[in-house]
Amino acid sequence: MVAIDVRNIVKRFGDFTAVKGISFQVASGEIFGLLGPNGAGKSTLIRMLTTLLPPSEGTALINGFDVARQADDVRKAIGVIPQAMTSDLELSVEENLLIFAKLYGVPRDRRKRLITELLEAVELTEWRDKQVRNLSGGMRRRVEIARGLVHEPKVFFLDEPTTGLDPVSRVHVWEMLQRIKSERDLTVLITTHYMDEADKLCDRIAIVDHGQLMALDSPMKLKASVPGKNVLEASFSSAPADWIEVLRRLPDVEEVTGHDHVFRLATGNGPATTMAMLQTAAQMQVSVDSLAVQSTTLDDVFVHYTGRALRDTLQAPSPQDNPFMIRR
Amino acid sequence: MHRTLAIIEREMRRFRRSPMLIVMSMMMPIVQLVVLGYAFGGNVKHLKVAIVDQDHGVPAVRIRELAGAIATGNHTFDVIDYSDAGVALADLRNGVVNGVLTIPPDYSRRVITRQEPTVALISDNTDSFVSATLSATMAQVVGSLGQPVKTTIRTPSQPSLQLVEVYPYVPYIQYLLPGSITMSIFMMVMIGGGIIFIDDKARGLHEGYLVTPITKFELIAGFNISGTIRAVIAGAFLMVIGSIIAGVPNPLDPMRMMRLLVVITVTAFALISMMFLIMVRISDPLLPRAVFGVLNTVLYFPSGAVYPQQGFPKWMQVIAAADPFTYAVHAFKSLLLKNTGFEAIAFDLGFLVVFSVVSMGAATMLFRRTL
Repeated sequence: MVAIDVRNIVKRFGDFTAVKGISFQVASGEIFGLLGPNGAGKSTLIRMLTTLLPPSEGTALINGFDVARQADDVRKAIGVIPQAMTSDLELSVEENLLIFAKLYGVPRDRRKRLITELLEAVELTEWRDKQVRNLSGGMRRRVEIARGLVHEPKVFFLDEPTTGLDPVSRVHVWEMLQRIKSERDLTVLITTHYMDEADKLCDRIAIVDHGQLMALDSPMKLKASVPGKNVLEASFSSAPADWIEVLRRLPDVEEVTGHDHVFRLATGNGPATTMAMLQTAAQMQVSVDSLAVQSTTLDDVFVHYTGRALRDTLQAPSPQDNPFMIRR
Repeated sequence: MHRTLAIIEREMRRFRRSPMLIVMSMMMPIVQLVVLGYAFGGNVKHLKVAIVDQDHGVPAVRIRELAGAIATGNHTFDVIDYSDAGVALADLRNGVVNGVLTIPPDYSRRVITRQEPTVALISDNTDSFVSATLSATMAQVVGSLGQPVKTTIRTPSQPSLQLVEVYPYVPYIQYLLPGSITMSIFMMVMIGGGIIFIDDKARGLHEGYLVTPITKFELIAGFNISGTIRAVIAGAFLMVIGSIIAGVPNPLDPMRMMRLLVVITVTAFALISMMFLIMVRISDPLLPRAVFGVLNTVLYFPSGAVYPQQGFPKWMQVIAAADPFTYAVHAFKSLLLKNTGFEAIAFDLGFLVVFSVVSMGAATMLFRRTL
């Protein structure tokens, strides 16, 4: 069964088109990753799928309900963890869950059982009476994950749930999500900047850039789709002007990109290319300053589809940057 | 309905953990009540008047005696004798004295020959209150000179006015109390319903609500009712504390307190509804802080809380007629100063209820269910 069916969805803000006709389907029970650089349109897409923004064109069906015409049915079927930490800091962990259970109209008997189960699942049972303001960032995120699941949604949307967390908390959140998912009939759509996480945990990944879908497949197939099995990254000094052409002629090299003195070589045979490159450099009296050989990662896939250009864009200031707001 | 109750529960739990909110909302009205009440409530005393007697005749001495009597009697002014008019005027300009009373050299002669004797009062009119007080007191002094002995005529031909006061004397601090209660309600509405509401919105807390199946009306009703409860608590605190501070007779009269609570509730609902209507499309946290003082001034001062509305220019009377503070202050005045029943404030209550319904309806219509 299809849990998320996005059909040529478009979002325009005045003259600017943030999402330019994206289509994809997510099967029930899948963990689906949405990757893309800042400003690629991921959050806009998630906001349309969670009824927070009306699409300008096209539509999406969530659990069979149209996001524009059956918004309330969609809201009942989804759990959402927005990018910002949105728990009530003055309320306790349990109260946060309780209020949301009531907002979703979860009956009293089920409410109690569900909250106990979820607190157990996110390992916050012993902190249930503590105010959220006293919890660490990772614990707050776990409160929000539990809060998003308190009405037993079918589809769970998480917008960068691990951004800003330390590595241990990140791993914890992902392990928790995997465990929760294995115990429930749940489809997960997640956005993240951490490629290693997406690689390990997502069944399929969509790469979005400039509001368009650039690639969509399983992590393994995506890695296979980019040139080379290995990536050599090396920096040189006193290299001649045509050095990039020399590198392209090395054995098994499929693609070379260069930036300043750093070159990335996608190759089908890492060891052979490395040996040849070192010999050529020695013959041409080019010194190798650094050299790293690695297998193709999702980072390479990401860079391949989105490019290496820096995305310097303007964005709305964070509320915490506002000097008039009380810091929390 | 259960979703509205969930919003109310959430807001009240947060409120319980923020006791500073109620302290903040009551601080300004109490300080204003005490400071304004005592600053404007008393008579002006111990002004400095320079007397330059250039005549020294018996009628001049009579004026100085009368002025001295005022100085030792009700202390409106103290008298300082000057021999040089130039020095006295210089001191007036330098603020050493508030006025200069000059008795000219021919004053006694004019009194005796009945040739319109005149004394001059030169006052510092940069302070109109001081100037008016000095003029009025000196007019009394001069007016009392040469008055014939009062005789009672059995059948007077001139009509006379007899003043009958319906209520006991109302000190200015009590006159201010209705405005202070209204302001404490407004402060709580402004902080809880304005500033915190917009801060929550800017932090993205509202996104959490908007992805639930709650309706616009349920959400606005939840915010309005919880805001009303908070504002009623602030208003009720000020009603009790303010009545004691202002010396309202029998401040804990249960019947009056019950009626006051009804007015506090209706006022709180009207003001929170107005606040959400103003804030419904705002998302910048700076804005509610920026409009705070402006709103307070525009609502508080035209309401008749500090000065009778009859003295306002026409344009301000128009503002006063649309200002919910006007009706709240009038209702509180009726109950606190006149101890009336509901019949005297029915129009005020009616206006505030209609105002609430219209504001809440408009806020619900304007509220965006999406970002």
